[in-house]
Amino acid sequence: MENEAIANAIQVGWLWLIPAFPLLGSALNVSLGPWLQRAYGKRANHAIAVGAMVLSCIVAEVVFWKMVAAHPHERFFENHLWTMWQSGSLRADLAFGLDPLGMLMTMIVTHVATLIHVYSTGYMADEPAYWRFFMWLNLFVFSMLLLVMGSNFVVMFFGWEGVGLCSYGLIAFWYEDLEKAKAGMKAFVVNRFGDFGFIIGLFILFWSLSGAWAPGTNKYVPERGLSGRILGAAPDRPKMAPSGVRLGPTVEFRELRNQVADESTGMAERLQGMTFWGFPVIALICILFFVGAAGKSAQIPLYVWLPDAMAGPTPVSALIHAATMVTAGVYMVARLNFLFALSPAAMTVVATVGCLTAIFAASIGFFQYDIKKVLAYSTVSQLGFMFIGVGVGAYWAGIFHLMTHAFFKACLFLGSGSVILACHHEQDMRKMGGLREYTPITRWTYLAACVSIAGFPIAAGFYSKDEILWKAFTARGLLQPWMGPAIWLVGTLAALGTSFYMFRSYFMTFTGKYRGGAGHEMKETEEDPHAVEAHRHADVAAHAHHSEAALQALAASVPHMRGEAEDAAPVHQDEHAHGGVPHESPKSMTYVLIALAAAAVLAGFIFGWPAAWGGSGPLLEHWLSPSLPAQERVPFAHASHSTELLFQLIGGVLVAGLGWLVAYALYHDNRSTVPARLREMFPRAWALVFNKYYVDELYDATVVRGSLVLSRVLYWIDQNVIDGFVNFMGWLGRAVAYVDAAIDKYIVDGAVNGLASLTWNSGSALRRVQTGHIQSYLYGALGGAIAFVIIQYVIR
Amino acid sequence: MSQSSIGLPHFLIVGAALFALGMVTVVTRRNAVGILMGVELILNAANVNFVAFNHFVEGPGKLTGQVFSIFVIVLAAAEAAIGLAIVLAIYQTFRTIDVQETDLLRQ
Repeated sequence: MENEAIANAIQVGWLWLIPAFPLLGSALNVSLGPWLQRAYGKRANHAIAVGAMVLSCIVAEVVFWKMVAAHPHERFFENHLWTMWQSGSLRADLAFGLDPLGMLMTMIVTHVATLIHVYSTGYMADEPAYWRFFMWLNLFVFSMLLLVMGSNFVVMFFGWEGVGLCSYGLIAFWYEDLEKAKAGMKAFVVNRFGDFGFIIGLFILFWSLSGAWAPGTNKYVPERGLSGRILGAAPDRPKMAPSGVRLGPTVEFRELRNQVADESTGMAERLQGMTFWGFPVIALICILFFVGAAGKSAQIPLYVWLPDAMAGPTPVSALIHAATMVTAGVYMVARLNFLFALSPAAMTVVATVGCLTAIFAASIGFFQYDIKKVLAYSTVSQLGFMFIGVGVGAYWAGIFHLMTHAFFKACLFLGSGSVILACHHEQDMRKMGGLREYTPITRWTYLAACVSIAGFPIAAGFYSKDEILWKAFTARGLLQPWMGPAIWLVGTLAALGTSFYMFRSYFMTFTGKYRGGAGHEMKETEEDPHAVEAHRHADVAAHAHHSEAALQALAASVPHMRGEAEDAAPVHQDEHAHGGVPHESPKSMTYVLIALAAAAVLAGFIFGWPAAWGGSGPLLEHWLSPSLPAQERVPFAHASHSTELLFQLIGGVLVAGLGWLVAYALYHDNRSTVPARLREMFPRAWALVFNKYYVDELYDATVVRGSLVLSRVLYWIDQNVIDGFVNFMGWLGRAVAYVDAAIDKYIVDGAVNGLASLTWNSGSALRRVQTGHIQSYLYGALGGAIAFVIIQYVIR
Repeated sequence: MSQSSIGLPHFLIVGAALFALGMVTVVTRRNAVGILMGVELILNAANVNFVAFNHFVEGPGKLTGQVFSIFVIVLAAAEAAIGLAIVLAIYQTFRTIDVQETDLLRQ
């Protein structure tokens, strides 16, 4: 029978259709978009974009059902388009591959993206550059699909960079606002740091795979050390292991997986045994990969870009900075599970960074007032949970949390978008409140997502988060056995914080009285989305009036209105114009919210029914197991189901309930004065947390200032050393040229002119001979003849 | 043997004298017709030599030298005709036949 560790691919020739549709949509919108928008209205732009997504979704569905029908060990679909380049033992194909993990990601990406495209048609309805938004959004989905579907590191890296680019383009979508343009740049630059780690890790991995059978043994050894010393037999072609697995350097995921997962190749032992300047190679590779993952997935210390990325339009925050792109790092670690499982050190790093990020970001979320900032830090914190999952070896649980997070966080972000729209582009929760009366659908969906993320057992978040924490508690694959329970403790605290800040945001936003407008006069049509325009004029005018910190809190969403603010100001002088009444969002948005809320609640029961509750274990675990060959390798402590139930009680019900209770006591209806008093009692601590532990300032003082100083030093070197050298070379050139000119002028020209004047002078002298008197010629001839005779006579 | 006392050298001396006189005439005369006359003298000096050599070197009964001298006489006649034609043309151009005046050749 076949070796189950080896994955064999089935060719499916039309996988490329999935990413092709968004690419086509993007191409159409970038080439014809402005014209379509003028000629046929915005409907044409979003018809293209949404249509492309729907088509992509349908193809993904077809592939999904095909995969479901296949035998679990035949769930590796590949589509090789062409070889992009081949160089030595490196062959980079443009090829797509779907295994259960990639399939799950593809389904999440296509479906959530489709929903968010639909939502955007409502949210961005007033945007002048509508086509540009959908162009970027489609391009993002294309890049993300490259990332998750690429069957090798190269295609994945294209997608990896592509999503970074699209993220930049969408964060800085309103690029006229300097702050937003800066946020886009920050995201891009911070991501570059991570990408650097990723690519260096890839190089080292590629190098470490190269090898040859050592002569006379059955060991596969590196063919050359770094010094170039040949350690094994001569390298020529890839070698075959006894089981038929091709050995050698590869960028192909499946080949890599087979090499490492198949025990008969000995590759796993070899990677574990290798060192690189005294450092274990496998740990180095994995940690470098994790640096890339930390950049993309906003982990300490590279998380700083994500909160700033909230400058982008809210659907972008939901799609890119919550549901899909930021999970790319988690996806990568899960994709390379067989590598990470080889290195307890790397696993420990991943899990530790994850749990520190989880608690750190959650604590920052406590005191933020900007609703999107709360969600941003929540995202960072949840990504930390995912890294705990993939770090302790519970890969499927990390991916499960990725999936449930995609649903509830997209729902939360889109809900916050709906709230922001309802409050006329207000993001400060202190100016919200009481929205449950005005925006019932948003309120219920937001609440459902809150329940889900907080981890009440009735919704999906519980299943994924508690699986992660339980696995962390029982983890024995880390460097020290006590690390698992420690991570569990910190994670549980972070979960408590999660519950607290999420319900805080819910209570501040939806309960109590509306604090945004001057009154509740129902003069505006609540359901009419076009009333937004009028509100916004009023809102901006009012802000322009009191030009205070509130203007900064306005943050996203109104740059293109600034010009109109001055025009509108005289009209809306009175305070009554401020805000107006909140209103529910259009149907295109609320339906999406409902769909996501439903998924956020139900996904847990369907995919993650715990084994402790009876049944044969979670559906998702079975589904993902072919992709996660390392799942069985990582050791976990054995514990009874009753212990697990106890932990679920603590981690789920108790912690979530406690968080809810505290939030309820402090923020419900906005009546309690405790938060204000606490703030006065501990002003320092409050300021520390409110200012995000001054991490941005720290970065500013170290990295940013450092690179500025470095750039100044380099500028000085450039100005003085390099330019000096260049100028010296210029001077030297001129000096040589002077000498050369002199040589040219006096020697070469002298020779030429001398020859000419010699000819000239001799010509003028000899001209005299030519008298024209025939007799003188005759004299000459005669003289010559006589001379000849005389010479003849003399010489003889 | 007074007859036999006149031998080849005597003829050669006469030829050489003729040649020298002709040469001097050609080189020194300013009149173009005079130059032509000098040329006739030179040619005839050659004729004397041809005939003398035929008689003393080839021996009696041989006609080679005589034939040469007849050719030269014919040639001299033709040369005189062409030369006089040139002199006429010179005269028509320069209104003189003084070779010192006719220096167009230097151009």
